[in-house]
Amino acid sequence: MSDASTTESYAPGTHPDLPPPLLESGAIYWVRKNLLSSWTNIGLTIAGVYALWLIVPPFYDWAFADAVFTAADRSECQSLGDGACWAFIQERFTIFIYGFYPEAERWRTIVTFALLFVAIGPLLFDNFPHRGKAMLFSLSYPFIAAWLLLGGFGLTPVGTDEFGGMLLNLIVGITGITFSLPIGIVLALGRASQLPAVRIICISFIEFIRGVPLITLLFLASTMLSYFLPPGTSFDLLMRVLIMVTLFASGYLAEVVRGGLQAIPRGQYEAADSMGLKYWQSMRLIVLPQALKISIPGIVNTFIGLFKDTTLVIIIGLFDMLGMGRSSLADAKWAGLSSEVYISIAVFFFLFCFAMSRYSLYLERKLETGHRI
Amino acid sequence: MKRILLGAIGALAMGATAASAGTLADVKARGSLVCIVNSGFVGFASTDKDGKWQGYDVDYCKATAAAVLGDPSKVKYKPATGKTRFTILNSGEGDVLWRNTTWTFVRDVDVKLAFQGVNYYDGQGFMVNKKLGVKSAKDLDGASVCIQTGTTTELNLADYFRVNKIKYEPVPTENNEESRRNILAGRCDVYTTDASGLAATRATFKDPENWVILPEIISKEPLGPVTRHGDDNWSDIIRWVKNAILAAEELGITQANVEAMAAKAGNNPEINRLLGTEGDLGGMLGLDKRWAVNAIKAVGNFGEIFERNIGTKTPVGLERGLNALWTDGGLQYTPPFR
Repeated sequence: MSDASTTESYAPGTHPDLPPPLLESGAIYWVRKNLLSSWTNIGLTIAGVYALWLIVPPFYDWAFADAVFTAADRSECQSLGDGACWAFIQERFTIFIYGFYPEAERWRTIVTFALLFVAIGPLLFDNFPHRGKAMLFSLSYPFIAAWLLLGGFGLTPVGTDEFGGMLLNLIVGITGITFSLPIGIVLALGRASQLPAVRIICISFIEFIRGVPLITLLFLASTMLSYFLPPGTSFDLLMRVLIMVTLFASGYLAEVVRGGLQAIPRGQYEAADSMGLKYWQSMRLIVLPQALKISIPGIVNTFIGLFKDTTLVIIIGLFDMLGMGRSSLADAKWAGLSSEVYISIAVFFFLFCFAMSRYSLYLERKLETGHRI
Repeated sequence: MKRILLGAIGALAMGATAASAGTLADVKARGSLVCIVNSGFVGFASTDKDGKWQGYDVDYCKATAAAVLGDPSKVKYKPATGKTRFTILNSGEGDVLWRNTTWTFVRDVDVKLAFQGVNYYDGQGFMVNKKLGVKSAKDLDGASVCIQTGTTTELNLADYFRVNKIKYEPVPTENNEESRRNILAGRCDVYTTDASGLAATRATFKDPENWVILPEIISKEPLGPVTRHGDDNWSDIIRWVKNAILAAEELGITQANVEAMAAKAGNNPEINRLLGTEGDLGGMLGLDKRWAVNAIKAVGNFGEIFERNIGTKTPVGLERGLNALWTDGGLQYTPPFR
C-alpha cells in the first residue's frame, strides 16, 4: 500500500536534486576526506595541529597581546610588556621607507610611486581605459621618475647617496626588472642565432654572468672600477649598481626565455617561414608570443629573485631597507630589537613578492589558450 | 671611449693609485668628506630616527670634515663591513676609515694602510652566562665561541686557545647583532669580542645581571683612524685632528667655551697655537687657521665625545679605563702642538 501524501511521483527526469547525505558534504565531509581519511593522515593532522598550537599562541602573545606600541626607548618598552617592541619600528618607519632622502623632498618619492601604478597599469592589464595613450606615458615614465627623484630643472637636486630604505629596493628592483626583460630576450634570440659572431658574444656574456655571483659583480662595480677609470672620474655608485643588477638579471632571463624558445615545435618556425615572414616578423608574431607565454613562471621567478637580491647592495655601502634596519639596531637607545626589525622587513618583501607571483598566475590564466604545446 | 681606455691603461701603469692629486685636494674639490664607518655598531656608528649618523667614530668624521671643510655636516658616510673596509679605502671610494679598526703589523705594512694613532684603546674579552659557572677563560675547554669573521678577534682567539692548549668550536658570525642572537639562543656558550663591544651587547640583554665578562683580556686592540699609504699630507691632517680633539681635553677646551677662547689670544701659548690665535699650524697642514676650533666646536673634546656616545651615562656604559688621559692614569696622550 502506498502513501500518496509522503511519496510524490515524478515523470522520469524531473525529480529535483536532493541535498547530499550529511556525512558526505559540507565541513564534516571536508574534514573527513582531507584530514582523517587514513590512520597516517590522522597522525599527521594531530602532529600539525600540535605544531600550530606550539607556534601560533606564543607568537600571537609576543607580536600582539604583550606587544608595546609606544615607548621612548628599549628599556621603557621592556618595562611595559614582555612582547615585541613595535614602538621602535614605528619610530624608524619613515627612514626604513625613505632612507636618507631629505624630509622636505619626500613628497617627490610618493608622487613617483603613485605614478608608477599609472605607468604599469596599461602594461599589465589589457582592459585599462585609453590604453594606447596611457602607453605613451608608460614609455616616458622612467625619465619622469628620474627627474622627480634626482631633481634638477626646478626641483632641488638630491644625490643618489641619499637614497635608501625601501625606496632603494624599489628603484633597484624595478629598474632591473624593466630593463632586463628586453635585454634578456635579445640575448636569448642571439644565443639561438645562425650568425656565429652574434651567437658567441651572447653565449660568452650569458655564461660569464651565470658563472659569477651577484655579490662579486657588485663588489667589482663598487671598488674595482675606480682602478680602471682615469683618476678624478666619478661614476655614480647607484648607476653602477643598476647596470650590474640589470645585466645580471638579463643573463638569467636569457636562459629562461631560451627554454621557452626551445619548447616551440620546429613546425611553428617553418610555418612562419613558409608564410614569407622576415626574421623579426616571425619572431614577433609567431614565436615569441608562444615562447614568452610558457616562460612566464620562470620569468617571474627570476624577477622575484632579483627583487630579493636588491638587499645585497649593503655589501657596497648602499643602505636599502635591510641596511637601514641594521644601522638602526646599533642605536644604543634601541639596540637588541632585531626580531622586530627583521620581521617587519620580511613582511614588506613578502607583500611585494606575493603580489608578483599572483600577477603571474593571473597572466597565465588569461593567456591560457586551451591547447598545450 | 678611447680616452677612458687610455686613462685606464695609464692608471694601471702607474700602479693603479686611484686618487693621484692628493686626498686633500680631492676632498676640497668635491666639497665633502667620504668617511668609511661601521654599518652598525652600538655606540660607535648607528643611525638615529631621522636617518642621521651618530656615534663615537661618526663624531670623528664630523670633526675631520669641520677641520678640512669648515662644516661638520659635509660628510658622506660610507658604511663598510669588517671584510670590505680596506678594499673600499684602498680603491679610493673613501677618504678615511674611522671604523673601530685595530692597528696591527700586517695591516699597517702588508695591506698598505697608514694608521694614524689610537682614538680608543680596547682589548678582547669573553662573556658567558653565569649559569655555566665559568670563572676564567682557562675553563672554556670544548666551548663553542661566537666570533665575527674578518676581525683580529678571530685570530687572537685562535692564538690564545693554542697557547693554553684548550679546544674550542668557532661559531662564525657576520656582525655583532648576529653574535648577540646566537648567544641568547644558546647556539654558542661564549661570546668574544672587544671588551667595549661586550659591555655594549650586555647592556641590550633583558637580564644583564646573569652575564659575566671574564677577567682575562687576551689582546691589545688599539683602534684608530686609517688612511691610504703614500699621501702624507692627508695622513698628517687625520692624525692631528685626532690629536687636537685629545689636546682640547688636556687643555680644558670644550665645545661650549672654544669660541670664547679662540676670540683672542690667552695666557697659555699651547692653547693659542692650537686655536690659531698664535702662529699658523693650520696653514702648515694646508687648512684654515681655525681648523681645530671648527673641529672642537662641532663635536667637543675627547672626553665629551666619549661621554656622549659610550660613557657611563649612556646605555653602553663604558668607563674611561685605558682611555683616560695620561694625567689620570690612562693611555691617551698627544704629542705637543708646537
